[in-house]
Amino acid sequence: MLSENPALLGLATIILGVGACLGYFFLSNLVLDKVVFPARGKHAGRNINRANMVRPWLFLFPALFALGLYLAYPVFETLRLSLTDRSLGGAFVGFDNYRQMMNEAKFWEALRNNMLWLIVVPAISTSFGLLAAQLTDRLRWGNLAKSLIFMPMAISFVGASVIFKLIYDTRPADQNQIGVLNAIWLKFDGGAGSIFVLQILPTVFFLAVAGLAVFSGWGMFRDGSASLRGRSLWQMSLRVCAAVLGLWLVWASISAAVGIWFVELPYGEPQTWLTIPFWNNFFLMAVLIWIQTGFAMVILSAALRGIPEETVEAAIVDGANPFQIFFKIKVPQIMGTIVVVWTTITLTVLKVFDIVFAMTNGQWETQVLANYMYDKLFRSNDWGVGSASAIVIMLLVTPILVWNVHNARKEMR
Amino acid sequence: MTSLSLKGVSKAYGSMEVLRDIDLDIEQGELVVFVGPSGCGKSTLLRMIAGLEKITGGTLDIDNVVVNDLPPAQRGIAMVFQSYALYPHMTVYDNMAFSLKLAGKSRQEIDTAVRSAADMLQLSQYLDRLPKALSGGQRQRVAIGRAIVRDPKVFLFDEPLSNLDAALRVATRIEIAQLKESMPDSTMIYVTHDQVEAMTLATRIVVLHGGGIEQVGAPLELYERPANTFVAQFIGSPAMNLIEAKVTETGPRTSVIMADGGHATLPIPTRAEDQGNAVKLGVRPEDLSLVEGDDFLVSADVEIIEALGETTVLYFKPKSDAPALIAKLPGIHQIQRGTHLKLIAAPEKLHLFDENGVSFLYRS
Amino acid sequence: MAGVAGKKSSLTWAVQISVALLVLLWLFPTVGLFVSSFRTADQISASGWWAALFSSEQSEVFRTLDPDEHRVLDGNGFRVDGTIFADTPLNIQAWGVSSRDIAAYQPGETAEMKGGETLTLRRDGSYTWRGSDEQLAGRGQRVFVTAQVPPEFTLDNYATILFSGSGQDNMAKAFFNTLTVTIPATIIPIVIAAFAAYALAWMEFPGRALLIAAIVGLLVVPLQLALIPLLRLHLGIGIGKGYIGAWLAHTAFGMPLAVYLLRNYMAGLPRDIIENAKVDGATDFQIFTRIIIPLSFPALASFAIFQFLWTWNDLLVAKVFLIDATGSTTVMTNQIVELLGTRGGNWEILATAAFVSIAVPLGVFFVMQRYLVRGLLAGSVK
Ligand SMILES: Nc1ncnc2c1ncn2[C@@H]1O[C@H](COP(=O)(O)OP(=O)(O)OP(=O)(O)O)[C@@H](O)[C@H]1O
Ligand SMILES: [Mg+2]
Repeated sequence: MLSENPALLGLATIILGVGACLGYFFLSNLVLDKVVFPARGKHAGRNINRANMVRPWLFLFPALFALGLYLAYPVFETLRLSLTDRSLGGAFVGFDNYRQMMNEAKFWEALRNNMLWLIVVPAISTSFGLLAAQLTDRLRWGNLAKSLIFMPMAISFVGASVIFKLIYDTRPADQNQIGVLNAIWLKFDGGAGSIFVLQILPTVFFLAVAGLAVFSGWGMFRDGSASLRGRSLWQMSLRVCAAVLGLWLVWASISAAVGIWFVELPYGEPQTWLTIPFWNNFFLMAVLIWIQTGFAMVILSAALRGIPEETVEAAIVDGANPFQIFFKIKVPQIMGTIVVVWTTITLTVLKVFDIVFAMTNGQWETQVLANYMYDKLFRSNDWGVGSASAIVIMLLVTPILVWNVHNARKEMR
Repeated sequence: MTSLSLKGVSKAYGSMEVLRDIDLDIEQGELVVFVGPSGCGKSTLLRMIAGLEKITGGTLDIDNVVVNDLPPAQRGIAMVFQSYALYPHMTVYDNMAFSLKLAGKSRQEIDTAVRSAADMLQLSQYLDRLPKALSGGQRQRVAIGRAIVRDPKVFLFDEPLSNLDAALRVATRIEIAQLKESMPDSTMIYVTHDQVEAMTLATRIVVLHGGGIEQVGAPLELYERPANTFVAQFIGSPAMNLIEAKVTETGPRTSVIMADGGHATLPIPTRAEDQGNAVKLGVRPEDLSLVEGDDFLVSADVEIIEALGETTVLYFKPKSDAPALIAKLPGIHQIQRGTHLKLIAAPEKLHLFDENGVSFLYRS
Repeated sequence: MAGVAGKKSSLTWAVQISVALLVLLWLFPTVGLFVSSFRTADQISASGWWAALFSSEQSEVFRTLDPDEHRVLDGNGFRVDGTIFADTPLNIQAWGVSSRDIAAYQPGETAEMKGGETLTLRRDGSYTWRGSDEQLAGRGQRVFVTAQVPPEFTLDNYATILFSGSGQDNMAKAFFNTLTVTIPATIIPIVIAAFAAYALAWMEFPGRALLIAAIVGLLVVPLQLALIPLLRLHLGIGIGKGYIGAWLAHTAFGMPLAVYLLRNYMAGLPRDIIENAKVDGATDFQIFTRIIIPLSFPALASFAIFQFLWTWNDLLVAKVFLIDATGSTTVMTNQIVELLGTRGGNWEILATAAFVSIAVPLGVFFVMQRYLVRGLLAGSVK
C-alpha cells in the first residue's frame, strides 16, 4: 500500500531516512562512549582520548561514503569504462571508443558548440551582471530590481526552455505571430530603420568588442612585458592562452562586423529561429544567460559593496568621472570575484544539458557535450563512447578543479 | 582542600615549544594572576589547566589526582573567556543553566543555583534576555555567573576585562575582588595584561616570559624584590631604570660607581669575587629625586618633559647606546629642556643585578 | 557618493531608465508564460500574449437567422428580426455585410444591398433584415462584426493541468512525485553534511586539511561522470530505477556543496563559545546539537534552498535514476519535456504546466531570498 501512494512513501522516507541518519549518529556515539571506550574505571582518561580520536570518523563516515561512492569512484570507473567495450563483456579496447568518437561529426559539432557556449555565456552573463550590479547599487528600488533580475535563478532549465520556446515561436506568415521575436522581426521591412538596428548597431557593437579586446590585451601586454622576468611558467602559459583567445575574439568580431553587410536578411518572413544553423546556438544560450545573469549580479554587487568607500571618494576628489571610477577603481578591485563568477558560470555551462535537451535535443547543429553523452548513453546504448565523452567533460573541468583546490589549500594555511 | 599543582608541564605545537618545565603549586583560596608579555603562553597555560589544550609534557594534579587526560568538564573547573563566549541563542537564564542541565541536575536545583548566582551578580532582572540585549559589563557578569553556578573547585579567567572600557573595567575589577572575598575557599587563576589588575587582585603573581616562569610571588614582593631584570622592568610603570655600574666594594653593603661619576652604596650583600665586576643598578623612576652637589646617583640632560600635574615625568638624553633614563617626580616642576640634572635615590630602594640579569638578593 | 556636490541628475535618470529597461527585459519572458497560462487555446493562437493585456479589436462572422423559418411579412416584402449574439454580447465597433469591406458601417446604420435589400444592426446586436421574397431565402445573411474585446482570462488551464486533465495533461501526479523526490533529498543531505562539516571544522584529526581540499575538488566534478557507473551500481545491487536511487543520488551530489558551505560557516563560529561548552561539560554530540546547529541556522537554510531548487528543477538525475519504463514516477520537468515533444503547439497546456512547476520554487525564492544570497556568497566568494 505504501508504494502505491507516493506522498505516503515520501513521508515515510523522510521520517525513516532522517531518523536513520540521526539514529546512526546518536547510537554510534553512544556505543563509542559507553561500550567501546567507557569513560570509567582505571583507563577513563585514556579511553576518553581514544574515543575522541575515533569520533570525527563516525561523524564523517556517511558523508565520506556518499562522496566516495557517488563522486570519487565514478570518476575512475568512467575512465575505466571509456577504455572498455560493453558489448565485448568489458574487454579492454584501449582508445577505440575515443577514436570512434573522434570520427563522429556530431562530436566535433558538440565540442565546437560547447566552446562557443564557454566563451559567450560566461562573458555576457558576467558583464550584464556587473552592469546590473553597478546600476542598481545606489538606486532606491535597487533591491527590488535585483530581486527581479535574480528571479530566473529559481526557474528550472526546463521551465526556462518552455518560456523561451514561446518567445521563439513561429506561425505561418498570414497569421498573427505569438512569439515575440517573430513579432518584432516582422516589424522590420528593410527600410532605414531596419538597416540602423540590424546592421549599423551590430557593426558598432562588434567593433567595440574588438576594440575592447585589443585595448585590454595591450594593457596586459604592457604590464606583462615590464615584469616578464620572474613569472612562473604557469602564468606565462595563462597569458599565452589569453592572448590567443583575445586574437580570436578580435578576428571573429571584425569578421562579424563586416559579414553583417553581406547577408541577405529575409525581411517579412517569419523565422524558425531554432533551426537556423549556428545562430540557433545563441538562441539557446540566451536561456542560460537569462538565468545566470542574476547570479553574477548578486555576487558582484556584494563585491562592489565591499570596495572601501574611501578609494572611490579619493578618485572623485582626483576628478575621475563615473566611468573612470567604474573601470579604473572599482573593476580592478573586484577582479578576484569576477574570476570566481566567471569560473562558476563556466562550470554550469560545461554541464548544460536540460536546455538543449528540451529545446532542440541537439538537432540543427546545436549539440553540446552533455547532451551528446546522454544521447550515446540512452539512445544509442553505447556506454563506451558515452563514458569517453564524459571524460572529455571532466578534462575540460579539470583546470578549474586544480585551481580551486590550489586556492583552498592556500587559504587553509 | 583543593590544591592545584603543575609539575614540569610543557607544551609544544609540533616542534615549536611554547612552554617548558612549568612548576607551580596553587593552594586553595588563592587568586593567582598570570602576567607576561603578549605571546608568552599565559592563555596556553590556562587552557591546559582547563583541559582545552593537550599537555605535552609533565603532569597536572588537581587535589592530588593527575588530570592530564580528563576532559574539561570533569576537572571541576569553570572558565570565563575574554569574549564572554555567551551562547547567543540562549537567554541569560539558559546560559547559566546549560552546564547544570548537561550534568543532569534536577530542575529545582538548577533554578536555585541560577537565581542565587544572578542575585549575587545583580542579574536577576535580565534572566529572560538574550545576550545581544545586554551591555558589555552585563555580559561579563553573565559569563562569571555561568562559572559560579557550577560551583567549581577552580575558576579560570582569561583576560576577562579586556573587552570593557576603562571605567567599566575598574568597576568590574572591584566586583571580582568582592566576589573573591565572598567565596574565600575558591581558587582562582586569572590571566591579564594589565598590571593594575594583577597588583590589586592577586594573592600571588606568576610572571611568565619566554616559555618559562620568571618569578612567583605576592604583588609587592615582585615590586620590591624582583628576581631578575625582566621582572624588574615588567612590574611597575614606567619601567625600572637599569644603569651600567661597577662594584667597588663588597660585603654586607655593596658600593658601585657609574661611568658618569655617580655612585651608591646599597644594603645588598655581595661576595669578594664580585669585586670589580660589571653589574646593573636598578632604580625605579618614582624613587628618583633631584639633588645638588657631588653626591648623586646619575646625571643627565633632560630631553622630554611630561607634566601630568600629579607627577612630572622626565626623559633624559641617553648616553651612547644605553636606554633612556626616566624619572618620575611628584608634583609640578619648572624644568627646561636640555637642563643638566643630578638625581639620587634612597639606598634601600636600589636593586642590583649581575650581568646575567639575576638579582643579587636571590643569588644561590 | 550620494551626497557628492554637483552630481549630475541626468546621469541618475539614465541609470533609472536603464535599470527599468533591464528589469522589464528580464521579467518579460516569465510574464509571457504567466499570462499565456490564463488564456484559452484560441486566444493564444489568435494573438501574442502581450495583446491579451489590452482590449483588442476582434473580427467575427455571424449569420442571421434562417430566413425560411423566421421571416415575417412586412409591407410588401419580408423581414427577419433577431440578435446576432447568442450568448455573450460584444462591444460592436463597426460591421459590414461583405468580406471585402467588413467595417463599412457603424452600429445603428443601415446597409443597403443589391435590389433594395437592407440590414440594420444596432449596438446591442439586434438587427432587422428586410428584403423581397427571393432575397430573404436560402441561408441567413453573413454579418461581419468588428468588436472591442476586453482582456479575458480563464482558470480552465489550471483546472485541466491540476485536476481534470487526463494522461499527460494532468500534472498532479508528477507534482507529488516531484515533492516525494525533493523533500527527502533536501533534508537527508543536510543531516549528514552537518555532522561532517562539524567534524571538519571543530574536531582535530589527522588528514583534515586533505579532506577539505578533496571536497573542494569534488565540488566541480560534473554529474555526467557519475551517471554510467552509478546506474550500473543501482541496477547491480537491485535498487534499480526509483525513488531510493534518486534520493541517494541527490543526497550524494549535493554533499560537496553542503559540506563546503556548512564547514565554512561553522569554522567561522567563535571558538570561545565552543570551548566554553566543553568546559560546561557538553560532549561533542551535545555541542553539535545544542550549540552548533542553532547557530548555523542561516547556513543550513542557505543550503536547504539550494538543494531544494536543484532537486526540484532537476531533469537529468530524474531521467537516469528515477523514471523507469512505466513512467509512473515521472517528475514535472520530465513531463514538461515530454509535453514539449508531443503537444508542442498547445501553448495553453505547456505554459500552465511550466508555470505550475516553477511556481513553488519561485515562492521559495521570494520568501527565502536572503538566505539564498547568503549561501551564494559563502559558496563562491571564498
Ligand atoms: N594552535 C597553535 N599552534 C601553534 N602555535 C600556537 C597555537 N596557539 C598558540 N600558539 C603560540 O603559542 C604562544 C603562546 O600563545 P598564548 O595564546 O598562550 O599567548 P598569551 O600569553 O595568551 O598572549 P596574549 O597576551 O596575546 O593573549 C604564541 O607564540 C602563539 O603563537
Ligand atoms: Mg591570551
